[in-house]
Amino acid sequence: MTDVQLRMIKPLRRSPLRLVAAVILAAASSGAAMAQDVFAGHFSQQTGEAVYKGICQGCHMPDAKGAVGAGAYPALAGDERLSSGAYPALVVIVGQKAMPSFGDLLSDDQIAGVVNYVRSNFGNHYADKITPDDVKAMRPPKARE
Amino acid sequence: MSRRSLFALIGTVAGSAVMYEAMSQLAYAGESGYSGPMELSGDAKGASVLILGAGLAGMCAAYELRKAGYKVQILEYNDRPGGRNWSLYGGDTYTELGGFKQEVRFDKGLYFNPGPWRLPHHHFAILHYCKLLNIALEPFVQTNYAAYVHSAKAFGGKPQRYRRVQADFNGYVAELLAKCTQQNKLDEAVTKEDREVLLEAMRDWGALDKNYQYKKGLLSSDRRGYDSDPGGGLTSVPTPSEPMAMSDLLKSGLWGAISAGHIYEFQNMIFQPVGGMGMIGKAFGRELNGVIRYNAKVTDIRQDDHGVTVTYQDTKAGGAPQQAKADWCVCTIPASVLGQIPINVGAPMKNAIDALYYDASVKVGLQFKRRFWEQDEAIYGGISFTDQPNAMIAYPSTDYFSNGKGVLLGAYTFGPSAFEYAAMPPEDRIAKSVEYGANIHPQYKAEFETGVAVAWHRVPWTLGCAGHWTEALRAQHYDNLCAIDGRIVLAGEHASRLPAWQEGALLSSLDAIRRLHQRVQAS
Repeated sequence: MTDVQLRMIKPLRRSPLRLVAAVILAAASSGAAMAQDVFAGHFSQQTGEAVYKGICQGCHMPDAKGAVGAGAYPALAGDERLSSGAYPALVVIVGQKAMPSFGDLLSDDQIAGVVNYVRSNFGNHYADKITPDDVKAMRPPKARE
Repeated sequence: MSRRSLFALIGTVAGSAVMYEAMSQLAYAGESGYSGPMELSGDAKGASVLILGAGLAGMCAAYELRKAGYKVQILEYNDRPGGRNWSLYGGDTYTELGGFKQEVRFDKGLYFNPGPWRLPHHHFAILHYCKLLNIALEPFVQTNYAAYVHSAKAFGGKPQRYRRVQADFNGYVAELLAKCTQQNKLDEAVTKEDREVLLEAMRDWGALDKNYQYKKGLLSSDRRGYDSDPGGGLTSVPTPSEPMAMSDLLKSGLWGAISAGHIYEFQNMIFQPVGGMGMIGKAFGRELNGVIRYNAKVTDIRQDDHGVTVTYQDTKAGGAPQQAKADWCVCTIPASVLGQIPINVGAPMKNAIDALYYDASVKVGLQFKRRFWEQDEAIYGGISFTDQPNAMIAYPSTDYFSNGKGVLLGAYTFGPSAFEYAAMPPEDRIAKSVEYGANIHPQYKAEFETGVAVAWHRVPWTLGCAGHWTEALRAQHYDNLCAIDGRIVLAGEHASRLPAWQEGALLSSLDAIRRLHQRVQAS
């Protein structure tokens, strides 16, 4: 379906965020493909470090120690669940509870990069790496429209 | 076939009006479900209700249940009522997750709404409670024809007045449609009589000349503005302005700003509380004086055949965990937080809670030494849109013509740029917003004084701005999220089809307590 029809759906979703974002996104790009899913888009950070510092530290914090309020963001520093690269990669792709899914916002390269970065920094010393192909294989099949 | 592609297909074949009708029937559209002031008739039977969260949903539930004779108590994590209904004033401090602390240095009387800021005229529930609580309301300007639409990639990065974008877009579309009609290309779609009406309508709507052309002249300038306006005496002859080239306008994407004010929630009238959105939460809190226990962090929610027991920690006083008990529980804790609290509800509700993450959103308030947008550019309220990461600049819909300072909304953003904003320390969010804004208003650099930046993923009590529903998630989980589980019912914007709106929080709450009351009546 074309972008125009997606735009037509927007006003009916009723969230002020989604609606206004639709408008902005429409204004944001030039050329034909202006309307997108309103929370869609892509991050431009290339290296794992840049992805972490540009996105992840918003919640997991610059020192990767997480934070606690009424709820909490888990620490990634010294997190034993990082012993396998597949676990963090999957969580990044599909999300988990309060953690948004970033599968549509980050490329295979970016996800592999940030997983490898986190697993080899913040007191984590896992030497093995995951590859973009590993990430690609973990992505859920596209839901059929 | 998904609902989305079904609607898109209907839209393609039958047009948007039919699509809207179809969507209405499937409950994706329609008016606020408010059916008038709540009357819970019948005996409360001495029952007690423990309410978790003193946001609008929780306080509405407490107010109405107390009125109906229930014993009510609220536990609230913050040291104030309101939740996301919240304004920041000079002298306030705000500490986000990670310990980043901001001291608000706005002048007296100036404020910024980090969360909700608009009350549409058809959001009947929130307007009802404003009236009930004697909240003074004033108009909120959404669409301002003098505000800007800006793309760094179009027109050399020069911001364009909204009125010019709208007039030119309408004008060119009208001209094209008139041309098609005259060339008999619409004969299958439009009858001969209607063709004449359509031509007349296009001329009227698009400000076309007698040849059905949209071009430089007094007609088009009467929509898009003049280079020099009509005047008086001997200097009165106006100079028409030159429309943008159609192709430039189409490529610019700036037309994307036109539909904003056409959207149901953004149509006039829209209101705001005088003095800040947080006035509603404060008034509700006063009304419920003695009912709300502040600084209470919920750590466990248990129910059994006899009642509900909630364990909480006093975050200020410390000490041993405490417990509150009641026959029933209305839980308005955001799903992002609730998912981390042990709670013995059934799998359907628990899965629904866990399925919902909260969206990224960021707002930045900036104080300037003078209201240059009014004084230099004749912009009184309304919103400028930009494709820069700050996304919007919103001008205060109050204190017009004041010679004092002003606070405007320097960024209101979602999606990837909101995640990126959240990853910065607050001072960088502010600096970036000033940098982006200066590309639209060069006065920024000389006039900027101080700012506050709230990234909703760093807000300690929400972990995001609002529940992220997709159509697939709704189909799978929404009913389970809203259904009463034993003695527990959830409420809040996340349990509504008006996500992120205060109206959604209230309607969710009213619906939840109506069902709870029925349950009590039946017991």
